[in-house]
Amino acid sequence: MSDSIRDDVSNGPVATSGLPVLEPGHTYSTITDKISEIALTKRTSRRWLMGFGIGFTLTMVLLYSIAVLLIRGVGVWGLNNPVGWGFAIINFVWWIGIGHAGTLISAVLLLLNQDWRTSINRFAEAMTLFAVSCAGLFPLLHIGRPWLAYWLLPYPNTMAVWPQWRSPLIWDVFAVTTYATISLLFWYVGLIPDLATMRDRAKSSFAKIVYGIFALGWRGAARHWHRYETAYLLLAGIATPLVVSVHTIVGYDFAVSIVPGWHVTVFPPYFVAGAVFAGFAMVLTLAIPIRAFYGLQDFITERHLRNMAKILLATGLLVAYGYMMETFMAWYSGSDLEWSLLMNRLFGPYAVQYWALLFCNVVVPQLLWLRSIRGSTIALWLISLVVGVGMWLERFIIVVTSLHRDFLPSSWGMYTPTFWDWSLYLGTIGLFLMLLFLFIRFLPVINIFEMRVLLEKKEREKEEGEERA
Amino acid sequence: MAQIFPPVTNTLARASIFGGVFILAGLLWVFSTVDRSSYVTQVGVVREQPVPFSHRRHVAQLGLDCRFCHTSVEDSAFAGIPPTKTCMTCHSQIWLQSEMLEPVRASYRTDRSIEWTRVHDLPDYAYFNHSIHVKKGVGCETCHGRVDQMPLMWQEETLHMEWCLNCHRHPEKYLRPRDEVFTFGYEAEDQTTLGALLVEEHDVAAATTLTNCSMCHR
Repeated sequence: MSDSIRDDVSNGPVATSGLPVLEPGHTYSTITDKISEIALTKRTSRRWLMGFGIGFTLTMVLLYSIAVLLIRGVGVWGLNNPVGWGFAIINFVWWIGIGHAGTLISAVLLLLNQDWRTSINRFAEAMTLFAVSCAGLFPLLHIGRPWLAYWLLPYPNTMAVWPQWRSPLIWDVFAVTTYATISLLFWYVGLIPDLATMRDRAKSSFAKIVYGIFALGWRGAARHWHRYETAYLLLAGIATPLVVSVHTIVGYDFAVSIVPGWHVTVFPPYFVAGAVFAGFAMVLTLAIPIRAFYGLQDFITERHLRNMAKILLATGLLVAYGYMMETFMAWYSGSDLEWSLLMNRLFGPYAVQYWALLFCNVVVPQLLWLRSIRGSTIALWLISLVVGVGMWLERFIIVVTSLHRDFLPSSWGMYTPTFWDWSLYLGTIGLFLMLLFLFIRFLPVINIFEMRVLLEKKEREKEEGEERA
Repeated sequence: MAQIFPPVTNTLARASIFGGVFILAGLLWVFSTVDRSSYVTQVGVVREQPVPFSHRRHVAQLGLDCRFCHTSVEDSAFAGIPPTKTCMTCHSQIWLQSEMLEPVRASYRTDRSIEWTRVHDLPDYAYFNHSIHVKKGVGCETCHGRVDQMPLMWQEETLHMEWCLNCHRHPEKYLRPRDEVFTFGYEAEDQTTLGALLVEEHDVAAATTLTNCSMCHR
């Protein structure tokens, strides 16, 4: 361990700790071949069809659930007084949170010159984009009449009404739309040089034309590269604050209210930590099977998994601190309502979910202190799944326990999700999977040209090392 | 290797970037214009009626007061559509042979109401009460226009929420003394001073209350 730390320091973050970010023996062409063949030359595999099939089926479930919802109204959900914010908001926060790892990996780690981001940024960004799409569905459906969703935007309407700027819900609209736009642009701009590679390597003329349109006439000229680098860096700069701002504002949705359990100043930072935590768990959940199925172990190496495991551990500790602070503030506030809410969480009707959440998000991630666990792909994958569940439970606890018993005991009630709540939630998971499988099949999952740059950098380092010796 | 795209696509690509912006802005403009056009609001469009009743004839030329027919305007939400009996006050004596008035006489004979087409139709989710507006000094003319100059009835204002709010936000710009409510062609000498005075005198609620959602959406 101490050796590897010294290594890290002496060689900078690029060549570290014995575990490479790119397995040796690759050349420019092997990298390009290996990544582009997934989309271009390899036949559609049975496993892909199965995965896509599951995603597609669940997407149909999603469409059916939406149809039922629109025909019969939000009454088909378990929402009622006093819990008016059930699954719709839980799932919205969960999905939005998951997206955050993508932005963190692509923007923040880029600005911090972390080379190990290169092979995972592309699909982490795609994940962000798809997660935001799923997230966006929930508030739209929750408003009951989605076809009037444009009322959320300030535009010169005939009603002379303007959105209520004092409400965090309208901040949310802007945070999420900005997030979706920037994520899309960032992902797309990063794809352009690779789309050109795909265009040049495609066999069928249809593929050539489609990739060609999206490649925007990229020829790889020095001027193109110069502009590309500038644009990409600018977008990274714009995206960086979004890592913090989006989930802060989602945290405000709760914290700005006066409901016990929500009215806590720690909410915004604790939401951000939770988002990155959930997001990295999702990246691991996806990266581990993808690299196994497509034989990408040379590009997404042990090193990546270990680094992500460390981030998971760190953000997990931040989240644990958040839970601790919530509990502490319930006592420190001296407010009977806050205290009774805490007691209700710990021992009330939803206590099972609360303890399960603590187990998933606080106890299980502690396993990551062990080096052997960080090195075991299976263990990492299982832990990432547990964290995904834990973070969902966290949102469930936040939304439901605060609402179901607030100030007036006479208006206390219970919240039970209905079949349509579950089917819609499962449906969005299906949509997410389907989009992800389509992405894997038709676009390069790993950034080809950045991998080539990385290769060159490695070789130069090696030569320099030899010269020094 | 043959080129995939002809050179013209360069121009197309550039045009589409600017085109996108202009098309979006253009669409926004089209929608907001169509929303306010008389095609949607029916402003100034004469509605087909069973009898071509002329307000101009009855008000400007014969001098009937609005309340002669719209009897409940001062103390009810609904201004009231006159029963056939009201028409027959005069039309049992004059224009007896008129072809145009046959539906009126038929209605009287059969005791079945004339089915007028409603011109000013607010959506059901908006609560509106005529009497309070009359009491606070909103002239008929302010919302309905120069009815005394309409040979056939049309809607003068859009009835959009922005139009309602325009007055609810600044009632002083539109109020008139109570005895001028039913006057047509009324114009104050100094609306700024008078308006402020009338707001005080008629005890008109503050704009914050008047623009409360539940003021109209109950």
